[in-house]
Amino acid sequence: MQDFIQHLINGISLGSIYALIALGYTMVFGILQLINFAHSDVYMIGAFAAYYAARTLGIDKNPGVSTLVILLIAAMAACSLLGFTIERLAYRPLRKAPKLNILITAIGVSLFLQYSGQVVFGADPKVFPAVLEDSVLFTLLGVEFKSLDLAVLFVTLVMMVLLHLLIYHTKLGRAMRAVSTNMNVAAMMGVNTDRIISFTFVVGSALAGVGSVLVGMKYPKIDPLMGMMIGLKAFVAAVLGGIGNIAGAVLGALIMGLSEEMVVGYLSSTYRDALAFGILIVILIFRPAGLLGKGGVEKV
Amino acid sequence: MKALEVQDLNVFYGSIHALKGISFHVNQGEIVSLIGANGAGKTTTLRAISGIVESTGQILLHGKTLKNVKTCERVSLGLAQSPEGRGVFPNLTVMENLQMGAYSRSDKNEIQKNLEHCFILFPRMKERQKQLAGTLSGGEQQMLAISRALMSAPKVLLLDEPSLGLAPLIVAQIFEIIKKVNQEGMTVLLVEQNARMALKISHRAYVIETGKVTLEGKGEDLLNNDEVRRSYLGG
Ligand SMILES: Nc1ncnc2c1ncn2[C@@H]1O[C@H](COP(=O)(O)OP(=O)(O)OP(=O)(O)O)[C@@H](O)[C@H]1O
Ligand SMILES: [Mg+2]
Repeated sequence: MQDFIQHLINGISLGSIYALIALGYTMVFGILQLINFAHSDVYMIGAFAAYYAARTLGIDKNPGVSTLVILLIAAMAACSLLGFTIERLAYRPLRKAPKLNILITAIGVSLFLQYSGQVVFGADPKVFPAVLEDSVLFTLLGVEFKSLDLAVLFVTLVMMVLLHLLIYHTKLGRAMRAVSTNMNVAAMMGVNTDRIISFTFVVGSALAGVGSVLVGMKYPKIDPLMGMMIGLKAFVAAVLGGIGNIAGAVLGALIMGLSEEMVVGYLSSTYRDALAFGILIVILIFRPAGLLGKGGVEKV
Repeated sequence: MKALEVQDLNVFYGSIHALKGISFHVNQGEIVSLIGANGAGKTTTLRAISGIVESTGQILLHGKTLKNVKTCERVSLGLAQSPEGRGVFPNLTVMENLQMGAYSRSDKNEIQKNLEHCFILFPRMKERQKQLAGTLSGGEQQMLAISRALMSAPKVLLLDEPSLGLAPLIVAQIFEIIKKVNQEGMTVLLVEQNARMALKISHRAYVIETGKVTLEGKGEDLLNNDEVRRSYLGG
């Protein structure tokens, strides 16, 4: 039982990291019907931004809450800027082009970032700065609550609450939802749709930045290809929940994180990655639109 | 005074020449209808006026050209549209849809007044304000689309087939309200397939056929025009 609860905590912690990344896929898809393949590489850049920020500021061997906050800000800033730039330079000129062209461009941007990363940062892994002291904060019913897991949960929770407030309780969020259901009509209401699209990229990328620091904190090895597998899993999580649906992405990510952890805990870690794609295939067979996705999106 | 003037409007969808030089105008305080068969180009005309599709020719709002004015900027110049198929945001509540209508405005008091006015015109909207727009009936969605357009406090209101798919009783109600809004001073450009209803409440109307204006005149004159009767009023 203790074991199970421990796995539960680990799984939720892993799932929340997937959620942070999955949200970027789902938000961009919701608004542009585009799978932004470069998203996972934006995430990678976030990790490196935090890495260099820590070294530049001399806080790479200085774990603590202030380091966590500074690295989060550095990664979020770098990712937002990159997400904004990618949309502006690569996707916006193709706004009226066939979807396939944009998809191919997205793959191109992704490869460009991966290879540039290898040139600029070097291909070999780097050790991520110590963000927080890894310690057992308290033990409850024999279950250890570790600082890193709790930090992951806490930071993710804060981000989710902020995102929820933004999307459901501000004028900007209302406009984002309107643009994602009907761009033309939103424009008729006076919404500058290009600006909303930019903003969506900025928010999604910032969340990926948060994810990158949390991952670096838990698994402190980063390299320019680190985005591929986690990006793929986050994408699967978004599809699982119903791509385009925000709550769906979080749900899908939690399911992914939990099942992955359970497989590792009770079966074998060999199946860890196979699981993600197994889930994807099964879901696509039984619920092509994902768990919370709607059948066909009605377009006027 | 011309509130809206369209001169020699041309629109292409790829190689399809959808509007072939349409010209018409709407005077301040008028209801003007564009009637015509399926595919005549009525919706395209409204889309061009709102800037959703690119067009050549002139579109003048109160004498000022809309060339190079983005769709989202046309709202604050006084243009609002209730689009074909209503275009309500299904996963936003009725209230949020109405707030979207007022997106380009910032004066809270004026917006509130406008909202209350909408609730007087459409009491149903007040009852349903917390409901998701996608769960409204067709008639209610049409009322919402019109209210939402009114929430921008426009000078010219564009309505694309407000009668589409609605029971005669609801259609009559909606046309009653269009008339009322017009009597309160709103300039209305109405696109309709239901020519009889449209011509009855219109000061003037234009008949559009395959991208061209073929006939124009006063609403009542067109109602009695033989050709219009044959083609659009069912004999
Ligand atoms: N997005 C589009 N792509 C290509 N052709 C289009 C597009 N939209 C409209 N058309 C064509 O342009 C012409 C005019 O269409 P439009 O929708 O303006 O007609 P309408 O008068 O509004 O018809 P209805 O009464 O059926 O709504 C039609 O021939 C239509 O097929
Ligand atoms: Mg039409």
